[in-house]
Amino acid sequence: MPSNAFLGVFAKSPIKPIEEHIKIVHQASETLIPFFNHAFKGEWTEADALRVQIRNLEREADTLKREVRLHLPRGLFMPVERTDLLELITHQDKIANKAKDIAGRVIGRELEIPESIQADFLAYLTRCVDATKQASEAINEFDELLETGFRGREVALVEKMLVELDAIEEDTDEMQIRIRMGLRSIESELNPIDVMFLYKIIEWVGELADIAERVGSRLELMLAR
Amino acid sequence: MDIIASYGTLLIIIAAAVGFFMAYGIGANDVANAMGTSVGSKALTIKQAIIIAMIFEFAGAYLAGGEVTSTIRKGIIDSTPFMDVPELMVLGMISALFAAGTWLLLASMLGWPVSTTHSIIGAIIGFALVAVGSEAIQWGKVAGIVGSWIVTPAISGFIAYLIFMSAQKLIFDTDKPLENAKRFVPVYMGLAGFVMSLVTIKKGLKHIGVDLGAVEGYALAIGIAVIVGLIGKMAINRLKIDPNADKQMHFNNVEKVFAILMVLTACCMAFAHGSNDVANAIGPLAAVVNIVEHNGEIAKKAALAWWILPLGGLGIVVGLAVLGKKVIKTIGEGITHLTPSRGFAAELAAASTVVIASGTGLPISTTQTLVGAVLGVGMARGIAALNMGVIRNIVVSWVITLPVGAALAIVIFYILRSAFGV
Repeated sequence: MPSNAFLGVFAKSPIKPIEEHIKIVHQASETLIPFFNHAFKGEWTEADALRVQIRNLEREADTLKREVRLHLPRGLFMPVERTDLLELITHQDKIANKAKDIAGRVIGRELEIPESIQADFLAYLTRCVDATKQASEAINEFDELLETGFRGREVALVEKMLVELDAIEEDTDEMQIRIRMGLRSIESELNPIDVMFLYKIIEWVGELADIAERVGSRLELMLAR
Repeated sequence: MDIIASYGTLLIIIAAAVGFFMAYGIGANDVANAMGTSVGSKALTIKQAIIIAMIFEFAGAYLAGGEVTSTIRKGIIDSTPFMDVPELMVLGMISALFAAGTWLLLASMLGWPVSTTHSIIGAIIGFALVAVGSEAIQWGKVAGIVGSWIVTPAISGFIAYLIFMSAQKLIFDTDKPLENAKRFVPVYMGLAGFVMSLVTIKKGLKHIGVDLGAVEGYALAIGIAVIVGLIGKMAINRLKIDPNADKQMHFNNVEKVFAILMVLTACCMAFAHGSNDVANAIGPLAAVVNIVEHNGEIAKKAALAWWILPLGGLGIVVGLAVLGKKVIKTIGEGITHLTPSRGFAAELAAASTVVIASGTGLPISTTQTLVGAVLGVGMARGIAALNMGVIRNIVVSWVITLPVGAALAIVIFYILRSAFGV
């Protein structure tokens, strides 16, 4: 209870921390690019340092997520639905978790990625990270959306960003198919267990983009009101 | 009768002191509500807010405070049963002031947002009940006042919604929000100037001896509005626009333009608050002075004594200066998420509502109009989050204030009665 109750009417805005959160989450997924660059060369100490960095970002994101949840008690009157905001941050958080899982799994097995698919893999990863970046940019339009009362031009702008996000996600699907084919053609020369893990990692990297797209559609639902 | 004859001057001095005490409480308690939005949205510093509040609260009290005063003085209770016992009326009004002032100070310490208007009305009802009985109370008038507690926040919310939506349409949802802000914000400034000058002209200037006709009044108000708009335009043109600010957030510079407007609406709000709430302190005082000066006759129509309005204004300003600073300080962190464009809509709407209501002579609660206005902006999807729990508490404290004010007044009334041996 603040000392002046009238001003207590203005609750802490949930929008700023949500914007902060997606930035951190995107950073975590971005760190996978240098991480894999080291992994390609088998530089496991440097890679592990980056894994720790990703883990720390994931923890930071968790803290923020908790904060947002605590700041959204029932009985807040907001321009968007409370449940929508909570779901949005839950989805956002999954990006960081996924990045942490990918890094952890690769380090844990010291997974060698065959030379022949390295270039494709890096391009694929970069495109998936583009998706999280696009999601981050769209979410960061939140305060502008609030300024315009979730109406008009600003909504159209965000809609356009989300269409772009969908396009990026479709790209990653195509790339994933190509990489799988590349891996399939050389899988007989590799350790079967490693191959199984590689397939898994490829799938998980793709999920970064999937989740980013899901974050986008959550935002879209809020605008649809 | 002999009480008034023998203790007349003493009674006036007591009433003046207690009235001043009440005004002091109003200044301390309400200023944060009236100025909080401006400070919270960083349009004003604490120091600027205090200075603006002092000047405009006093101006509002002195220039436009007369109308509501008469309602407080003679609207709530029927003076007929008091004809034979005017000393009870005098003592009652003093106890009402004392009770309301005490309650305000207590509530300020505990951080409850009580309404000054409610506490004085409750107190007056309380003493009238025990002094004469329920027939002394103009229940119709009271019902009207209670009704206004629902109507005024609603009106204020509606106006805020309209103002905010118009700002969205004209400025935010356009290709060039900044240019449009520069174009339209002076219009809003003119509107604020118009509202303020009109109420002053229509309601305030009579008692300082200036009486304008309707046409001249409107013409003058429009003239002032145009001048205010032009000054605003000049201020906006001198504004430093930082082209880099928009990289972070498109509307940073637009909000800067609104911050200038917010300075003006803060003046408006202080003016409206002074004009409306000063009556809570000086209404009962005016009643006491009247009775004593007419030797116990309760005059139906009596002019305000010249020193009463300035005394109330001064009380508010002193309360502001002494306690207001502390109260406003607590705001800094409180509402960091309120942008000037929201604050302006809420303040302008609340001020306009207070001004309209003051014109009808209804004593309304400034806090209520503000809460209503903020809700109105919230309805327009303009505020990130409003805490409905707090709003509920505020409403509850409004309801509680009436019986508490009444009970306190009753106790003090009995004490005074035995003290003066009536």
